[in-house]
Amino acid sequence: MYYGELSGLKLGAATRDAFGDALKELGAKHPEVVVVDADVGNSTRTEPFMKAFPERSFNVGIAESNMVSVASGLASCGKTAVCSSFATFLLSNAFDQLRMSVAFPKMNVKFVGSHSGISIGEDGPSQMGIEDVSLACSLPGVKVIVPSDAVQTAAATAAMLAEHGPIYLRTGRSKVAILYPNGCDFQIGKAIQLRDGSDVTIIANGLMVAAAVDAATELAKAGVSARVLDMHTVKPVDEEAIVKAARETQRIVVVEEHLMHGGLGSVVATVVSRTVPVPMAYVNVGDCFAESGDPQGLLDKYGLNPAAIVAAVKSVMG
Amino acid sequence: MAVSIEELQAKAKQLRKHIIRMTTAAGSGHPSSSLSAVEMITALYFGGFMKYRPQEPQWPSRDRFILSKGHAVPALYAAMAEAGYFTVEATMSLRKLGSVFEGHPNMARMPGIEASTGSLGQGLSIGLGQALGLRLDKLDSRVFVMTGDGELDEGQVWEAAAAAGKFKPGNLTLIVDQNGYQQTGATKDVLDMRPIADKFAAFGWHTQVVNGNCQANAFAALTIATNIKDRPTCIVSQTQKGFGILPLLEAEGDLNYHGKPLSAALAEKAIAFLGS
Repeated sequence: MYYGELSGLKLGAATRDAFGDALKELGAKHPEVVVVDADVGNSTRTEPFMKAFPERSFNVGIAESNMVSVASGLASCGKTAVCSSFATFLLSNAFDQLRMSVAFPKMNVKFVGSHSGISIGEDGPSQMGIEDVSLACSLPGVKVIVPSDAVQTAAATAAMLAEHGPIYLRTGRSKVAILYPNGCDFQIGKAIQLRDGSDVTIIANGLMVAAAVDAATELAKAGVSARVLDMHTVKPVDEEAIVKAARETQRIVVVEEHLMHGGLGSVVATVVSRTVPVPMAYVNVGDCFAESGDPQGLLDKYGLNPAAIVAAVKSVMG
Repeated sequence: MAVSIEELQAKAKQLRKHIIRMTTAAGSGHPSSSLSAVEMITALYFGGFMKYRPQEPQWPSRDRFILSKGHAVPALYAAMAEAGYFTVEATMSLRKLGSVFEGHPNMARMPGIEASTGSLGQGLSIGLGQALGLRLDKLDSRVFVMTGDGELDEGQVWEAAAAAGKFKPGNLTLIVDQNGYQQTGATKDVLDMRPIADKFAAFGWHTQVVNGNCQANAFAALTIATNIKDRPTCIVSQTQKGFGILPLLEAEGDLNYHGKPLSAALAEKAIAFLGS
């Protein structure tokens, strides 16, 4: 079983794999792209680039703080510096460096966090990036992208490298359903409407977009018309799409594989509360650390599945 | 050499006066931490070790200086003013609302500043990244980084020291301004990181230990460091916090004098003490 299967979607590659393949391909066209790794390139998938372009690749060892500041130095010399680690090690271990070496001086550093969410499974909570979006969003001027499938991740990688300035890209470990055709349109900050609906809007990103589509499929059977928005960019968030959804569907449910505080739910709520206040509900990890286990078992236990989304929709339907 | 030690000493004296004047005018700042670093910064900017263009601060082939101990930025502003990036008068707006002369270096607001610092420990890593970037572009440019000795408490410095040992950027020079004090006391009491040179040598760096408040020694150390091209170089610059006006600080009963400006009266005495 995988999210999207219920809705007839095919299983595709993990977003970390799509990022790695795209990075290597783009690296051939962009000699200014360099990679800094903290010895997890075979996990975050910068490895294909590093093997293809060894002179532009720097493995600094298990030292995320140094990795981020070295990337900043390379960027200040005109490079497009990509650095990556597990989302939690990147954002939590190197937060001061992301703040002082990257965000504050507006450096052209792309920082990519893999192994996001609880769906990494058996390795357990120490490896799960569930606070990364909140931390990244808190940095002034930093854009935050959470792509939902392999196709979108490739497009997001290209868009990220084409834009100057600091950007956080969040990828995942597990395979996810294919939501988009090859060559689909992708713009940073522009949400994508996957399903139209009139009773409620489900706003999701990452792995949870396919789950939201499945929830919409289920809800349709019960006569509830749910709009699904893929909010791949958390910052700057697509306010226009949120306001339109609030106005037209009058109810919003926000779904993410992240803690309750400071993630997509908080960002959307901030927009809704000051524009078109409507009833909202949230599906997320809550305010806790998870545990080791099989990925689907964890997603079910921590309430990150289509059934939980359906329940949240019902809670705002009254 | 194009410039004499006497000329550099005269320049250093000017820098000291600027530091005292701007921090006293600001009513806050770190004059003593700035004063210890003056001979090295003077040698870098006026001794012919750095190529730079004040009218074209982003010139790609320039050499770069990163002040990782960002609280000593009055020393850098003073040197940049003397170099022609801006007027000395302009630096007197230090720390005032609206001024680009912020309390710590901010490259986003001031061309010629090579890294935004103030959270200790990051400058060497940034400098390593710059050294690697310049090497990648086959530019004959050098990166100089200055840390404090208290700053060596930060683990990131040693991440960078090890990584520089691996990548061997021959265009990277670290100057440790070992003035012997950090915020709450003597570095030997707070966290003794000595022997400093031995630690960098163990990571594959070329090292020197010099009297960093001796202008001739500072000049000689930089001459040696810049002639080494096959590995990173570290100069442990043994200095004194507040050098130049030490008898006055001693009379005040505080040889650390950390993070406080001189009173207007004391500043006047200090400038007279430094002489013309």
